[in-house]
Amino acid sequence: MDVNNYLRTEVFPSTFCPGCGHGIILNALIRAIDDLKLDMRKMVFVSGIGCAGWITSPHIKADTMHTTHGRPLAFATGIKLANPELKVVVIAGDGDLASIGGNHLIHAARRNIDITTICANNSIYGMTGGQASPTTPEGAITLTTPEGSYYNPFDLCALVRGAGAGYVARATVYHARMLAKFIKDALSYDGFSFIDAVSTCPTQYGRRNSMSDPFEMLEWLKRNATTKEGEGKIVIKEWIASSAEK
Amino acid sequence: MPGYRTGGEEVLIQGNIACAEGAITAGCKFYAAYPITPASEIMNHLAKRMSEGFIQMEDEIASIASVIGASWAGKKAMTATSGPGFSLMQENIGYAAMTETPCVIVDVQRAGPSTGQATKVAQGDVFQSRFGSNGDYETIVLAPSSAQEMYDLTVEAFNMAERFRTPVILLADETIGRVREEAELGPRNVIDRKSEPTEEPFGEGSPMPSFGMGCNLLITGSTHDSKGYRRAQDAETQRWLSEKLRKKVEDHKKELFKYELINEEAENVFVSFGIEARACEEACRALDFGLLKLNTIFPFDFDEVSKLLEGKKAFVVELNYGQLAMLVRNCSDDVRSITKTNGEPMGPKEIIGEVKKWM
Ligand SMILES: Cc1ncc(C[n+]2csc(CCOP(=O)(O)OP(=O)(O)O)c2C)c(N)n1
Ligand code: SF4
Ligand SMILES: [Mg+2]
Repeated sequence: MDVNNYLRTEVFPSTFCPGCGHGIILNALIRAIDDLKLDMRKMVFVSGIGCAGWITSPHIKADTMHTTHGRPLAFATGIKLANPELKVVVIAGDGDLASIGGNHLIHAARRNIDITTICANNSIYGMTGGQASPTTPEGAITLTTPEGSYYNPFDLCALVRGAGAGYVARATVYHARMLAKFIKDALSYDGFSFIDAVSTCPTQYGRRNSMSDPFEMLEWLKRNATTKEGEGKIVIKEWIASSAEK
Repeated sequence: MPGYRTGGEEVLIQGNIACAEGAITAGCKFYAAYPITPASEIMNHLAKRMSEGFIQMEDEIASIASVIGASWAGKKAMTATSGPGFSLMQENIGYAAMTETPCVIVDVQRAGPSTGQATKVAQGDVFQSRFGSNGDYETIVLAPSSAQEMYDLTVEAFNMAERFRTPVILLADETIGRVREEAELGPRNVIDRKSEPTEEPFGEGSPMPSFGMGCNLLITGSTHDSKGYRRAQDAETQRWLSEKLRKKVEDHKKELFKYELINEEAENVFVSFGIEARACEEACRALDFGLLKLNTIFPFDFDEVSKLLEGKKAFVVELNYGQLAMLVRNCSDDVRSITKTNGEPMGPKEIIGEVKKWM
């Protein structure tokens, strides 16, 4: 595979910080598209505002729409309904999809509209300097939770499954091959598909939580992810509604 | 559903439904909205009239967002709302202006602020329709004052949106939206969407491309160059882009600024729009006044209005605290503002009474 076929090479080097997990999500997405031999001319990549909004815009060489903060799914819904032949992919951050855009997320899942959504979930507001997000773990230090976050983080997979999505999965940027496989499955799924792509922000999250080295963050993901539920760790797996199983 | 197509003869129709029919005539292929009084009839009617491309969204933010997305997918698109919903739409109206997306937004004004009085009339959103989103940008704002104009100006709004690649706002009001009166809903001159591939989607006068044409579109609400590349730090691009967005409307204000002048010779002139232009029209007859009825509010042609009002006394009549009057005062020193803000329209008798206080 020549990744350059999928990228606007003229925009590199990218503006991501060294060691940012979001680049790995871009890589996994391109692998999945290449494996499926999808026609990039018929794909639209819709993103929100935040570092995650830059994963596809401008990097991906295809139609891209960088929208307003929290609203990519609402834009994508219009695109898909207006031209169902387009394959529509939404990528946005945890702040974008789960906080300001949370209402659009549950309604897109409820409508089971044929859009693949990837949440680049780094548990932080990366772009605005490191404030707490709805997926910040309890106890984590952020700019706005200097003594540790008080609240329960969202389990985005449970939320989106509860709202009616047929395909839901979680992988981390440490498990990059698994992530690519899940994105492939999501793109192949006919209906709303959602992937919680657990990402890393060494700059704004790692630094404040004694993991300033990007590798430490990846190691942490490796140690704290499991395929089994109920261990209190990050559960990485696919949940496919039984009615949807092929 | 047979609809209300007529071959030239008039039918009795509600203003909001005439607007919905205007959208159909204009070639609207995507409609998204969220229920709100007094605009809901538009969505209720289009739900029956459109076999596809209709969706009830989860809120007004999503409604306007999906309309913009649909427009880039190649379809003419519209949404309609009232005060609180119009407020929610503002961020994405700015996005539509910034990304030069043709779309139509109908605001059937009701009494405010906030929830105000849902079933009562007002015209308090004049400045919001022009300055509602952050930053400097231009909008085109049309103001219908009959069921007939709800139809005609909706078609016109779509045509202007296509021509200038910009959001166009139809600033209606509760009374005009809900009045039932005769209107003729025949075919009109319609500017079709010609989706054309281009390498420079945001140049001066660039055609509107759409998704799926192989253009590798880069659409962003961030400051961008003519190809769409983000230039979030560059002063020259910021200057060029904001100037381009402003000028493409401003430079055409002569043709965009539409009005009717009744009783040109009169030395006293009402200036009004929407439901109040109707009331003024009747008051004119009793007082031998003239009427400048604005069909376009923005872009506001200050030079033209100055010329029209030269040597005359102006009486600006509106259902707010004098928003249009603030504009007209830039055109003449001889301006009186007649306003009413209790959620009720001001009838001809009341207007005549107000005028007499000045005479
Ligand atoms: C309406 C609005 N509110 C706030 C912002 C400021 N803002 C920009 S990015 C961002 C948070 C991004 O966090 P996330 O979505 O998690 O993406 P990340 O940067 O972490 O990848 C915020 C709040 C904005 N652009 N628009
Ligand atoms: S701030 Fe965090 S999320 Fe943003 S580019 Fe840097 S590492 Fe990545
Ligand atoms: Mg984040």
